[in-house]
Amino acid sequence: MYAFDLISPKSLDKALEALAEEEAQVLAGGQTLIPTLKARLAAPATLVSLRAIPELRGVSMQEGRLCIGAMTTHATVADEARSHFPALADLAANIGDPAVRNRGTIGGSLANNDPSACYPSAVLATGATVITTQRSIQADDFFLGMFATDLEEGELIRAVEFPIPIAAHYEKFWQPASRFALTGVFVARFDDAVRVAVTGASEEGVFRWTAAERVLSKQFTAAAVNELGRPDVDMISDLHGSAAYRASLTQVLTARAVARLQE
Amino acid sequence: MQTITMTVNGRGVTATVEGRTLLVEYLREHLHLTGTHVGCDTSQCGACTVHVDGLSVKSCTIFVGELDGAEVRTIEDIENADGSLSPLQKAFQDHHGLQCGYCTPGMIMSLSALLRDNPKPTEAQIRHHLEGNICRCTGYANIVKAALAASGQLDRADAG
Repeated sequence: MYAFDLISPKSLDKALEALAEEEAQVLAGGQTLIPTLKARLAAPATLVSLRAIPELRGVSMQEGRLCIGAMTTHATVADEARSHFPALADLAANIGDPAVRNRGTIGGSLANNDPSACYPSAVLATGATVITTQRSIQADDFFLGMFATDLEEGELIRAVEFPIPIAAHYEKFWQPASRFALTGVFVARFDDAVRVAVTGASEEGVFRWTAAERVLSKQFTAAAVNELGRPDVDMISDLHGSAAYRASLTQVLTARAVARLQE
Repeated sequence: MQTITMTVNGRGVTATVEGRTLLVEYLREHLHLTGTHVGCDTSQCGACTVHVDGLSVKSCTIFVGELDGAEVRTIEDIENADGSLSPLQKAFQDHHGLQCGYCTPGMIMSLSALLRDNPKPTEAQIRHHLEGNICRCTGYANIVKAALAASGQLDRADAG
């Protein structure tokens, strides 16, 4: 490991102070950042760990919404969100592998906004709210493309608040080597609308498939999805799958998720 | 440099180290607990799996600076008090759950966490749990068999 300082402040105020310094970078679960440091793709002078700040951890219901602290691990979400929002618990239980789930955090995943990460699809499909140290950001405004979010320099995610859908399902097609989603679709059904968010597919990162949302809001069947054309989005093409394959997966996985919810 | 105090295999240890020191480096180079292996060093292979506060983690992807007060358990603490093999280790031996043995410490640490939380896992649960542990000898069939045997779920007729 090349030379840098690691500090673990015990309060959010101290963390923000430390992050205001030159070349300081925040460390959440580290399951992406530490391999990135080893590959010399990032070189901060100081890493500010959020691990010792208790207020950033925890899962609770607040006024009918599920509130998850930014530093809550995937394993804790898989466990503690299950009775409130089983589709989200299932998503968390299938990120990476058990050791990664014991360290990796929801806030880290959202701030990184990897185009193939699982969590962004759940946040976007439920219309969740990202609570930061400065403001509340609606999911529709938070994700700004591959590895890009609306977070400002020095702004940290404190928590995410999820409205609970009537029914929801995340259908993930695994990229088996990385265990990220080759493509994944989160379908969330609410009283007044259906929202469909797709990860692992678009060059622009996670996106809402609005054409599918429109037809599913009228007729919630897999057949309705299958009658649609494939999404008209600039798809990722790489050695794991062509753009056409990902477009096809988006449609197939959406139909599968809807079929699961019709059972 | 930071002064870090933790419990490693039941023993209190205090060291003044750079906070950026990786846990696996601390275990191997400072404490000479070389049973924990470095396979890929990129958090893919799971050879370096240890327990921190009872949870399995990849020690190549954790900084010691975050572990003040933590309880760490490594492969060296798995054997029985009298030095004989634990039931899980014995099952690996009986069912040829290792070939070169490089991945074995990580497999044992990962599976011991599973069996503690779920004493009778199904084969599918065992395989799902081992997704982060890679055996490059591809000895998975016997590793899964050893896990089934250690949880008392393998008929004697299937043994061997």
